[in-house]
Amino acid sequence: MSLTARDLGLFAVMGVVLAMVAMFQSPQLAITILNMSLISAIMALGVNMQWGYAGLFNVGIMGFTAVGGLAVVLIAQPPVPEAWAAGGLGIMLGLMLGVATILASVIVYKRMAPGRLRGFAIFGVLVVGYLLTSQVFGPAKLAVQAVNPASEGYLGGANLPVILSWPVGAVFAAGVAWLIGKISLGLRSDYLAIATLGISEIVIAVLKHERWLARGVNNVTGIDRPVTRPVDLQPLPWVQDLAETLGWSVSQTASVISGLGYSGLFLIVLGILIWLAERALNSPWGRMMRAIRDNEVSARAMGKDVTRRHLMIFVLGSAVCGLAGAMMVSMDGQITPGSYEPLRFTFLIWVMVIVGGSGNNWGAVLGAFVIWFLWVQVEPAGRWFMDMATSGMAETSELRRHLLDSAAYMRLLTMGLALLLMLRFAPRGLIPER
Amino acid sequence: MEPLNALVSVANFMLVPALAYGSQLALGALGITLIYSILRFAHFAHGDTMALGTAAVIGGTWFLQAQGIGIQPLPTALLALPFGILVMIGYLLTVDRMVYRYYRRVKAKPMIFVMASLGVMFVTNGITRLFMGVGETRFEDGGRFLFTVREFREWTGLAEGLALRSAQALTIITALVVMMVLFWFLNRTRAGKSMRAYSDNEDLALLSGINPERVVMITWIITAILLVLAGTLYGLDKGFRPFNYFQLLLPMFAAAILGGLGSPIGAIVGAYVVAFAEMGITYAWRRVFTYLMPEGLEPTSMMQLLPVDYKFAVTFAILVIVLLFRPTGIFKGKVL
Repeated sequence: MSLTARDLGLFAVMGVVLAMVAMFQSPQLAITILNMSLISAIMALGVNMQWGYAGLFNVGIMGFTAVGGLAVVLIAQPPVPEAWAAGGLGIMLGLMLGVATILASVIVYKRMAPGRLRGFAIFGVLVVGYLLTSQVFGPAKLAVQAVNPASEGYLGGANLPVILSWPVGAVFAAGVAWLIGKISLGLRSDYLAIATLGISEIVIAVLKHERWLARGVNNVTGIDRPVTRPVDLQPLPWVQDLAETLGWSVSQTASVISGLGYSGLFLIVLGILIWLAERALNSPWGRMMRAIRDNEVSARAMGKDVTRRHLMIFVLGSAVCGLAGAMMVSMDGQITPGSYEPLRFTFLIWVMVIVGGSGNNWGAVLGAFVIWFLWVQVEPAGRWFMDMATSGMAETSELRRHLLDSAAYMRLLTMGLALLLMLRFAPRGLIPER
Repeated sequence: MEPLNALVSVANFMLVPALAYGSQLALGALGITLIYSILRFAHFAHGDTMALGTAAVIGGTWFLQAQGIGIQPLPTALLALPFGILVMIGYLLTVDRMVYRYYRRVKAKPMIFVMASLGVMFVTNGITRLFMGVGETRFEDGGRFLFTVREFREWTGLAEGLALRSAQALTIITALVVMMVLFWFLNRTRAGKSMRAYSDNEDLALLSGINPERVVMITWIITAILLVLAGTLYGLDKGFRPFNYFQLLLPMFAAAILGGLGSPIGAIVGAYVVAFAEMGITYAWRRVFTYLMPEGLEPTSMMQLLPVDYKFAVTFAILVIVLLFRPTGIFKGKVL
């Protein structure tokens, strides 16, 4: 793997900075930053495949991570038998009817000769299909949501090991990406951007409002975790011994150990992905991808099917984002559709890729670490800065209070400035492509 | 069977709001389409710039209100519009100078422009929230209604009422006037013609002595006017929340693409199609059908095709249909 001494130096600096956080702020904070950085790094890796290898502009990362997160609920949660009895069959049948309607209209479109008749036929199929679907689906959905709504009210999952949900999350995201790519790839390049923007909003809307699926805005909490929870670690004798040696409290030690467990898991996943990505990038396939990115026309002249290759890389990259989304949900142990914001889950990842160095996998990883660190730390820094700047004002001053309150938004500004400055003065990023 | 009542009910809950919403979208989509045809990139900062422009207008409104200046019964925000427009012209020209001009000079790929507009979006978003926070701000004052439901009922004696909010009426009228002025400008004036020439064929335009930087400047100025108008009217109608402005990005892009990116008339038509589709599909038609159906056949369900939460899905479906069947839009794009 091609890392120069300078790149290693940059990673070392990042490590030292995190160590300083552990020393001067708190070890838990350092671990939290580390874990989220690792997850962000995986997302950035996925985006880097799309943008860095193929020049595809995906503005729907939020949607793909959320779909991945949904997989955790559907895999790890225990099923709710009463809900299944109440309306599980109806919901399944309704979903199948919906899919059948779309398939039927596609068949009509393909089989019939173009003309007004075909238009009417498709319209008729859609109307009949919609009516049938809503007749079956609507009551079943209400029945499911009425089952013990305070804590359940959804179908639940398959009660399988939570780790399994990571690859499943990737597959879910890949499916969504395939649909979107099939529609918008091969057209003007901005269309993919707008289509992905749309699908991510819709995914979030579905997660928020389809309560039978994952309880919507009521959130699913207490999902099985792949690592022992700090609460279960605390009574163990070796943890208590360790706490004594380190001079920390038991709860702190336990949460650090639990966090480190996640770090280990995430590092393994990230390592495998980077290894695969580097192998792919330096294979004939990777060279073909970069050739397509740099000159689509000549690649096409060489007989490469550009649209197909684009679809492939788009699906792959989105799958990686879905994987990261599943990992994030299983780390938090809960899914909260209300917390998915495009600025945080889509655009921040883009800043990571651009700052890190598009086209370079290690760059994307470093970018994720640097930007996530800034994202976490700029807010307190901004508050401190505002506090200093306004210290001359009266304690009760309206303006001072307003400025202090709005310090939270400093980080959007900082991220935007970082993106613009990198793009202008160091467009190849911290670790350039080579 | 009471078709008149049905008509009034539809007008009150769907037609009037959709017309107002469509006008707001049209002003926004016009800006997107102009930038696309002159600068040739998808301007992702559009929604957030709209929010910033509205924030400037709100600031002006507060100042005027504090001075006790107003134009009852019209909202004070109208007086503050010129201030907001000036601020946004200044802001957009500064941004162009500091960000986009460099990429024009090095002839960067369109995607780099989009990326830069993403950075601008972040910064603009941050500035807006620094001033306004994230919560909702209402700044509509003056007479809220041209006529209310009750007044309408008293005039007509119908069971259903129709209200016209002054913000809605204002939106529809302003949008009409602005569109007419814009088309006059593009078709009749020298500057407008040079813009069209530049959009049509850059090289030929350069050859005939059109100054590209001037064209770009005029584009940003027009965009600023459109943005501030669209943002303020939307805010008067529905209240100001920065995040809602960001979310307008999707319907505005859908409108511009549906009409044909680069075609102003397309942007307007597209905006109204998107607005009416969103409203029509998420509207509960039960009341209307209760009036239309014969006695005893009234519908029992809400007759709503999709819940309101999925209005983005409607926009998106329109977008997908356009991309699948007519990617160039209704009015073949790229002609200003």
